[in-house]
Amino acid sequence: MMKLKAENISFSYNKKRPILKDISLSLESNQIIGLIGDSGSGKSTLCKIMAGYITNFTGDVTIDGKEISRNGFDPVQLIFQHPEKTMNPKWKMEKVLRESWIPPQDLKDTFGLKDNWLTRWPSELSGGELQRFSILRALNPQTKFIIADEISTMLDAVTQVQIWEALIKHCRANDIGILAVSHDKDLLDVICDDILYFKELNHL
Amino acid sequence: MMSEMPWYNKGLFSSLNLRQKTLLTIGLTGLVLLVVFISGWMIDANLPTDFAIKMQAPSLSHPFGTDWMGRDMFTRTIKGLSLSIVIGIGASVISSIIATLLAFLASVNKWFDAFVSWLIDLFASIPHILLIMMISIALGKGAFGVIMAVAFSHWVNLTRVLRAEVLQINTSEYVALSNKLGRSKLWIAKEHILPLVLSQIFVGTLLVFPHAIMHEASVTFLGFGLSPHEPAIGIILSESMSYLAMGAWWLAFFPGLALLIVVLLFDIIGHNLKRLLDPGEANN
Ligand SMILES: Nc1ncnc2c1ncn2[C@@H]1O[C@H](COP(=O)(O)OP(=O)(O)OP(=O)(O)O)[C@@H](O)[C@H]1O
Ligand SMILES: [Mg+2]
Repeated sequence: MMKLKAENISFSYNKKRPILKDISLSLESNQIIGLIGDSGSGKSTLCKIMAGYITNFTGDVTIDGKEISRNGFDPVQLIFQHPEKTMNPKWKMEKVLRESWIPPQDLKDTFGLKDNWLTRWPSELSGGELQRFSILRALNPQTKFIIADEISTMLDAVTQVQIWEALIKHCRANDIGILAVSHDKDLLDVICDDILYFKELNHL
Repeated sequence: MMSEMPWYNKGLFSSLNLRQKTLLTIGLTGLVLLVVFISGWMIDANLPTDFAIKMQAPSLSHPFGTDWMGRDMFTRTIKGLSLSIVIGIGASVISSIIATLLAFLASVNKWFDAFVSWLIDLFASIPHILLIMMISIALGKGAFGVIMAVAFSHWVNLTRVLRAEVLQINTSEYVALSNKLGRSKLWIAKEHILPLVLSQIFVGTLLVFPHAIMHEASVTFLGFGLSPHEPAIGIILSESMSYLAMGAWWLAFFPGLALLIVVLLFDIIGHNLKRLLDPGEANN
């Protein structure tokens, strides 16, 4: 079991307006933690910091007390809110997936990934279909933690449940921790071991 | 909408849609240039001389007239045009390679970016023809010197465009994510960025073409380009200067006109291809 820790994170995009102040949270690899908060409060920013997309913050992000090596494959993978922006428009879906790894057929099936989608361009699939790819892409065997930033907002209720069930099943079986960011309190109540409130974490 | 359409796309093929017209224009223009190029290539550079028919005005048997050695000016012109096309291809391709390398170099870090921007400003501030003459002389004139000179003076515009484009792609989420998947900068440049700017490189190359041809002809005309033995249009034009006073207007008129037409045809292809590959800009 591993532990991902964010300690005393502070950040601002520009000096005048701080967004995050002294945020600390931790997540174990057998946990699913929910994070809920107002729109524009800085949740996505925190996610990007924890996943290594933003580096000029103050504070520490560690796994088991050690600084995370951000070169090479990052053990903390972020799944973005808008999947279409995370895919090269000139790449077929097969290549999009292969950039990370080649998932086994049964895993593709549990996420309802149809084989004929693989030969299409990103622009030829719906947001929900694309999001299945970005989730599957993040499940590379080297991944230890997943930061899911509002990954199911574009899905209908039934698909949302189906995808979350598949993701949770895989992560529980492979000892991958999840930080689930959402506006949907009901959803988080169902899937999470614990829920954090962004307001209470942020010491602005 | 109609008013934006170039003259050569109007009327004639009004039953076709815009895309088909554009393709047809590109096809026909390309064909004309190909025919000129191939026939020029098959002509032996040592044209037969016949002093019995020297300095003849245009006629049916010699549509462009003949020169002081009795050589057919039409044949000389075609030969010269095909040489212009070869030099144009060489110079455009090399200038696009330079532009691509510099645009990617600029994306490495902010110092390289500053260096490339400085280089762009430097080269943009020197008049093309001056730059071409200096480089051509430095490289010993000749075809190699001219190709390099034209190439090294024409990468600026494409570099500007590509640099901005690469910069934008580099800040995209899919490039950031690729990095988190452990992919190297070189891999990202090759797999993510290059395919996205390829069509721009292609169009950029074609758009440089007419400039390359014109500039080659001008430096050669001024005596800083190809050597007088080469069957180049620039050489034909500068030779004809001494005969113009004698009334041999056809020596300069037809080769000059033919060169302008070739330049125009390349320009048409370039702009049509740009519209085809970049429909947003022409908002068709
Ligand atoms: N690249 C950026 N540059 C400057 N400001 C930014 C940038 N990205 C976000 N912001 C600002 O930072 C604040 C927090 O944005 P963030 O996306 O983290 O909020 P969020 O909590 O994820 O909101 P939502 O629930 O709507 O997704 C917002 O006010 C936003 O305008
Ligand atoms: Mg957000």
